[in-house]
Amino acid sequence: MIINGVTIDATFAEAFPMKATRAIITAQNEKWAMISAQAMTGFATSVIACGCEAGIERTLEPSETPDGRPGVAIMIFAMGGKGLAKQLETRAGQCVLTSPTSALFAGIDGGTRIALGKNLRYFGDGFQVAKLIDGKRYWRIPVMDGEFLTEATTGQVDAIGGGNFLVLAKSQPQALAACEAAIDEMRKIPNVIMPFPGGVVRSGSKVGSKYAALGASTNDAFCPTLKGMVKTDLSADTESVMEIVIDGLTKEDIAKVMRVGIQAVCALGAENGIERISAGNYGGKLGPFHFHLQEIMA
Amino acid sequence: MSALTFTLKYRPDQRVDMSPLVCQKLATLELAEIAALTLQNGKRNIRVDELFRITGFDAQHIVIKNGFNKLDFIGKELEGGKITVEGDAGAYLGLGMKSGEIEVSGNVGLYAACEMKKGFMLVNGNAGDFLGAALPGNKTGMKGGTILVKGNVGERAGDHMRRGNILVEGNAGDYCGSRMTAGTIAVMGQTGRHLGFAMRRGTLLLWNSPQPSARFNDCGTHTLAFLPILFASFKKLNSRFADSSTAFNRVQRYAGDMSEMGRGEILVKLNSE
Repeated sequence: MIINGVTIDATFAEAFPMKATRAIITAQNEKWAMISAQAMTGFATSVIACGCEAGIERTLEPSETPDGRPGVAIMIFAMGGKGLAKQLETRAGQCVLTSPTSALFAGIDGGTRIALGKNLRYFGDGFQVAKLIDGKRYWRIPVMDGEFLTEATTGQVDAIGGGNFLVLAKSQPQALAACEAAIDEMRKIPNVIMPFPGGVVRSGSKVGSKYAALGASTNDAFCPTLKGMVKTDLSADTESVMEIVIDGLTKEDIAKVMRVGIQAVCALGAENGIERISAGNYGGKLGPFHFHLQEIMA
Repeated sequence: MSALTFTLKYRPDQRVDMSPLVCQKLATLELAEIAALTLQNGKRNIRVDELFRITGFDAQHIVIKNGFNKLDFIGKELEGGKITVEGDAGAYLGLGMKSGEIEVSGNVGLYAACEMKKGFMLVNGNAGDFLGAALPGNKTGMKGGTILVKGNVGERAGDHMRRGNILVEGNAGDYCGSRMTAGTIAVMGQTGRHLGFAMRRGTLLLWNSPQPSARFNDCGTHTLAFLPILFASFKKLNSRFADSSTAFNRVQRYAGDMSEMGRGEILVKLNSE
């Protein structure tokens, strides 16, 4: 398959089941909601070492938030429910409770309930106040700038992590420009996050390593500087490869956002140095969810 | 579906215990069986059809017409469904109600919604003393749900209240929120003496300044984030509480009762800003 001069490989992205949750952070203005959201989703690019993958889903208008203030929806993904709950609570406590004027609300009404501010209330040292409003429990925790308002729980749902595609280009600036264009479009799609810095990862990995202590190592088949040394997957004029990794609530969400992203890359086309779109997989051994690129783009 | 309607034929001299006439108890009964039920009336038992003319068949919506202030225990332990009272209701309206809805077009007597657990009660007139309170000797009053009173309420509203909302469009009598453990009482009108007496926790939300009390300490003026959410939850009500022009988030906060554990609060709307 070729779109605008860009070859779409006959391969698939391999994804795996995760647990996910969403939280809504509001503040006096969008600037401070975003600052809190960025802190809460920081150092959360990969479950390999961060414990979770997190990202900003989108900004919210005051009319969309529970307290009528500007807000940001963030999503956190982890391999299991226990790990997810721990990450959520730790991050909420250190990054939202601490952030001036912030409030924190559930972003998923259904699912398994996990603690959001339920245990943060103890920071109130006995002065915290519970309010049950329309069946939802809120905690009002006295803090130095006034009161920190947080919903007690949020929902945890089954989700999918590790959707991805690779952008192969003739130069590093062209690969990055294509990924930026893709991310701009992909961020308009709900229920997904692209957890890596700016949504783009330049250090795609393969399973295993020559070093026994490491479970993953550089994806040498896609490293342009190793073209002459390893069994490469790159053509002679490919000089840079970048990857976009996607976590989403459902298979449909991921397929949709992959299509939008790949379309944006292909819109730049061969004339902007884009050569191929490929995907990372492990031969189908790692995850049960397979996103075939040519099916998605059909 | 036609509501199961009980129209009072005459006003008996003695009080009537209406507790058998709740939706869940009548759901499986035929009209003849309902007619044959007996109600305690003073020291005697009388058949339902001696006191009421019965029409309709939908036991999930019971209508009591010509209600007056000696019909006690209407909606006692109601569990789903709706009871509409056209006229007044006596004491213990919705005592211990578990869910469902009760609406009264007139006034209600003592201990309305006493020890209510869940559901919604609307009183279009006034309510007597001990609204949403605990029975004498008990330690836990209303535990959930919402009571909306469009008129005034008597003394000791929310006594020993544990959870839920009491919304009063009119005035509240003395000792409003006394011995409250938690929950919210909102009063748009005036409040009487000894507001929040021995209050442990909970919120008294006022549109007008209460009489000063040495038992509550001034905590200053504040913008509280939970108030817009609380007011938003009132939007579905047919009430002045649903009117966005009555909502506010700037308050003067008083903490008390300092002679008790002092974790309760009186929040008074700031009118000067």
